[in-house]
Amino acid sequence: MIAFILRRVFQSVIVLLIVGLVAFSMFRFVGDPIENMLGQERTQADVDRLRTQLGLDQPFIVQYLKFLGNAAQGNFGVSYRQGRPVATILAERAPATLELAAVSGTLAVLVGIGMGVFTAIRRNGVASNVIMSLSLVGVSLPTFLIGILLIYLFSVELDLLPSFGRGDTVMVGGWSTGFLTKSGLLALILPSITLGLYQMTLIMRLVRSEMLEVLRQDYIRFARARGLPERVVNFRHALKNTLVPVITVTGLQVGSIIAFAIITETVFQWPGVGLLFINAIQFVDIPVMAAYLMLISVMFVAINLIVDLLYFAIDPRLRIDGRH
Amino acid sequence: MTDFPQPDAVKQAQDPGRMSRLWASDFAYAFRRSPVAIGATAVVLVLVLAAIFAPLIAPHDPFNPATLNLMNGFTPPGTPNAFTGDTFWLGTDDQGRDVFSTILYGLRISLFVGFSAVLLALIIGVTLGLIAGYAGGWAETIIMRVADVQLTFPAILVAMLIFGVAKGITPPEYRNQMAIWVLIIAIGLSDWVQFARVVRGATLVEKNKEYVQAARLIGRTGPAIMLRHILPNVLSPVLVIATISLALAIIAEATLSFLGVGAPPTQPSLGTLIRIGQGFLFSGEWWILLFPSITLLALALAVNLMGDWLRDALNPRLK
Repeated sequence: MIAFILRRVFQSVIVLLIVGLVAFSMFRFVGDPIENMLGQERTQADVDRLRTQLGLDQPFIVQYLKFLGNAAQGNFGVSYRQGRPVATILAERAPATLELAAVSGTLAVLVGIGMGVFTAIRRNGVASNVIMSLSLVGVSLPTFLIGILLIYLFSVELDLLPSFGRGDTVMVGGWSTGFLTKSGLLALILPSITLGLYQMTLIMRLVRSEMLEVLRQDYIRFARARGLPERVVNFRHALKNTLVPVITVTGLQVGSIIAFAIITETVFQWPGVGLLFINAIQFVDIPVMAAYLMLISVMFVAINLIVDLLYFAIDPRLRIDGRH
Repeated sequence: MTDFPQPDAVKQAQDPGRMSRLWASDFAYAFRRSPVAIGATAVVLVLVLAAIFAPLIAPHDPFNPATLNLMNGFTPPGTPNAFTGDTFWLGTDDQGRDVFSTILYGLRISLFVGFSAVLLALIIGVTLGLIAGYAGGWAETIIMRVADVQLTFPAILVAMLIFGVAKGITPPEYRNQMAIWVLIIAIGLSDWVQFARVVRGATLVEKNKEYVQAARLIGRTGPAIMLRHILPNVLSPVLVIATISLALAIIAEATLSFLGVGAPPTQPSLGTLIRIGQGFLFSGEWWILLFPSITLLALALAVNLMGDWLRDALNPRLK
């Protein structure tokens, strides 16, 4: 058990070190940041001064060690484009993305499980078939088209909901939240639906197939024979036994939600980390790109590690065959 | 011992013909029975042909400034322009470019990037998968570890990073020209893992079968066995993954271009056109956005349905 955990942690650390090397190589070898930061009218003195200031005149090894040390302390240098520390910018942007991800994740889980159970119980009903067909279209629709469609319907045609931004935000102890104002809550609706829709269909389909599997089992038939109400059979007996795969898949989807927030944030001009990242790519703002890469890898590696350990706790077979 | 080459030769001579005939007839039967498959294939065929013959079909060359008339800007679909009297099927954009023509050319770029990226992913994935499955040992460990690590991250994120890095490396004056190729490499590299995993799995099964042992006995070398003996037998899942990957690659390309980190406005793909069209959503010029979106949707949906059907038809167990 301990050996398994240690091995997984060790592998995770290796992955992070490799990602760190990639991030640093990007930082060091991609483009000339001086070119990007200074405009047309620059003197050689400006160039030299900035080069020293950013530490770009030092040898590779020194820069690499410095990078690792700084990254471990959460210091990712100065944004080429905004001229401010990347860590500060990220901290400003993080609440927007995390709130959006939290709302759409909750939405995806609640609605996904609800519709999954519904379509499994009424598997031949008209409503179930409509939902299943719609979910196929939903999976094929690119996220950004869903966003545009929602904007067109609810902002342009019906003029009910805001089409961009976060609305008014309130600072609560250094965390800017949109949960406390009416415009902030309204602004959350369209982006969180856009972001959560894919995960919603995924969870729905998974719950449905697991439910269909479980509903065939003998103990369900026995529960029915005992005369238990349908509600108890469906939710207490059947749904409970479908939740293990659902929890693992949902866990793995948390990372995707944050990654796909990039698209949603661009469509809705949501001032989060994803929009920051896209702008960084467009303007080749390497420190921001590197920091985002590191942050997202830490998150993904952590999620994977947790899910692996959960598997290990749940499935005893892995404990024997754990060498792979 | 003289018997050994003979069954092998006979097998080689008969197998492809007989197998493919059998496969084709079953396949053809399943195809005829599925209206969804026929419909999806028809849509894909029409779109691919439209893309290939775009220069012949398109009423205007949207990238030749000489054929453009700024006075034609924002002409709604089907109605004559107030100044010039020209009529455009699907309307024009802000610069007076015919939307129908830009879609045809955009489709061309979308499909080109999609097909090329999948081809790249297929070549990389199948090669590495064959090596990992057949050779085993440290090669397998390294390849599959890299695959695992890459699979941790969503493909679109990997593609974005590769695009960003490549953009930084290419000198600014070449960026627009190189964008399409960078896009192909970015999407291709982000998508090889599925191929490698499936091919490795299938190779592990195939390599212990008698025909591989026979080939080894008659002294064929590793690469020859991998390419001539194992590869043909692991191709059907590869075909399924390639089709599904094509839909994903087309959507990935459109997404990247929509986000502004893909095809440049000088060579717009469908995603770039949608990005441009989104700017006119609020001012009422809906056609600039709507028609490219519908085209992309039809393409992605049709390829997806084809992939689904292919998966069921080639491997009923996966249903």
